[in-house]
Amino acid sequence: MANRYSGFGLFRHALRYHENWQRAWRNPTPKTHYDVIIIGGGGHGLATAYYLASQHGITNIAVLEKGYLGGGNTGRNTTIVRSNYLWDESGQLYEHAMKLWEGLSEELNYNVMFSQRGVLNLGHTLQDMRNIERRVQSNRLNGIDSHVVTPDEIKKIVPIINIDNLRYPIMGSSWQPRAGVARHDAVAWGYARAADALGVDLLQETAVTGMRIEGGTIRGVETNRGFIGADRVGCVVAGNSGVLAGMAGLRLPLESHPLQAFVSEPLKPVLDTVVMSNHVHGYVNQSDKGDLVIGAGIDGYNGYGQRGSMPVIEHTAAAICEMFPMFRRVRMNRQWGGIVDTCPDACPIISKTPVDGLYFNCGWGTGGFKATPGSGHVFASTIANDSPHPLAAPFALDRFYSGALIDEHGAAGVAH
Amino acid sequence: MLNIYCPHCGEHRSEEEFHYAGEAHIPRPENPAELSDEAWGDYLFFRRNPRGLHHEQWYHATGCRRFFNVARDTVTYEIHESYPMGARPSVSRDSEEAA
Repeated sequence: MANRYSGFGLFRHALRYHENWQRAWRNPTPKTHYDVIIIGGGGHGLATAYYLASQHGITNIAVLEKGYLGGGNTGRNTTIVRSNYLWDESGQLYEHAMKLWEGLSEELNYNVMFSQRGVLNLGHTLQDMRNIERRVQSNRLNGIDSHVVTPDEIKKIVPIINIDNLRYPIMGSSWQPRAGVARHDAVAWGYARAADALGVDLLQETAVTGMRIEGGTIRGVETNRGFIGADRVGCVVAGNSGVLAGMAGLRLPLESHPLQAFVSEPLKPVLDTVVMSNHVHGYVNQSDKGDLVIGAGIDGYNGYGQRGSMPVIEHTAAAICEMFPMFRRVRMNRQWGGIVDTCPDACPIISKTPVDGLYFNCGWGTGGFKATPGSGHVFASTIANDSPHPLAAPFALDRFYSGALIDEHGAAGVAH
Repeated sequence: MLNIYCPHCGEHRSEEEFHYAGEAHIPRPENPAELSDEAWGDYLFFRRNPRGLHHEQWYHATGCRRFFNVARDTVTYEIHESYPMGARPSVSRDSEEAA
């Protein structure tokens, strides 16, 4: 990398009053043809481009983004990273991502601020606890660090939590120490910079308006900047996957919903881990800046409006206030919504399609951020070899016909 | 916050009283056992998920506890009409394009 970041470099730039920092990536004009086009310049799309270039030697790649890099759900999520999913297929996929997270800052030469501060998934009923015990055992069989912890142990990990004086007392929790949070923007920027350094063209403000398919094979995409040819096209566009699939004459088993989050004013450090509750439905962590990052649920109905409804905010705020009475007087700063593409089995689709050379990576629903490195890694392999990566194979589109669904609703501690 | 008209109760009520119940006008196959895996998968899992006009089912959970249909825009969230199960919508994709 021409402009490698280092402590020494920071010192050298400091001597020059930080006036000579170079741009992190180029702003190229589109070529007429690429080997691979990735549609969607979020974390997953940029990671896919990076791994295609770094692992598979394909560098004639463009990433098409209709807005700016990382401006969609990548910059709108609550940044939680964990891998304690129930089923073997999903546990292994998310654990693959976790292992990449652990070396990501070094690999990208970009500090993604990955902080393994642990994640608690609380149980409030006997059935919650049975599910937690089952999931923890399943995790351990898959080599994922996971523990069942008692209310006393939870109180030691999070002294400010209210264990028993609430409508749904906390009866225990699962605990994954290696889980944590990462800086979401930095993940997009780190992948973008690393991919650009390997020759990938990052084309911002380039919206796809159509697909050119001839004889069942993809030839390229129509954009607001004209036609761009490609041998292979990978779509990684989350909530708008259905719209792109429509352009290719395909249907996907996805429905788009707004998922909300909100952040508070910055506070002194009070919470050094991540607390999630499926049952009362809220999750919270404290960012390095000090604000509480609170995740709410999805609106029950389909929607593409990037906001979200008030009852969902009220519901989540009530849950957070009950579990953390000291947060009752914290003021909220901002609230927003992202459009998530939810699958019937709450698992992603990483798949070839009936169109030769067209691939989809979508359906991550409410939990895609944690998978960013793993998703990009297996999708890059799927595109480069025109054959699913072993970890991606169970997530192919044909599972909705074969019936081999991977039902992660609730079982994974997904708080939705 | 959606303000939804329940055709059974004859009133506008707030969204919290209702449950969303998925895309409307999907007929159950006459002979499920005779369907191919593709047709059955399509029926169970594949939805239109449009960006724009959407016909969907709602359940008045804390009211009359009956189902009805709503035509709603999924981008602006404007509700065009509510109508009972079995009825056809007066606002359709075609009529909107004509207007």
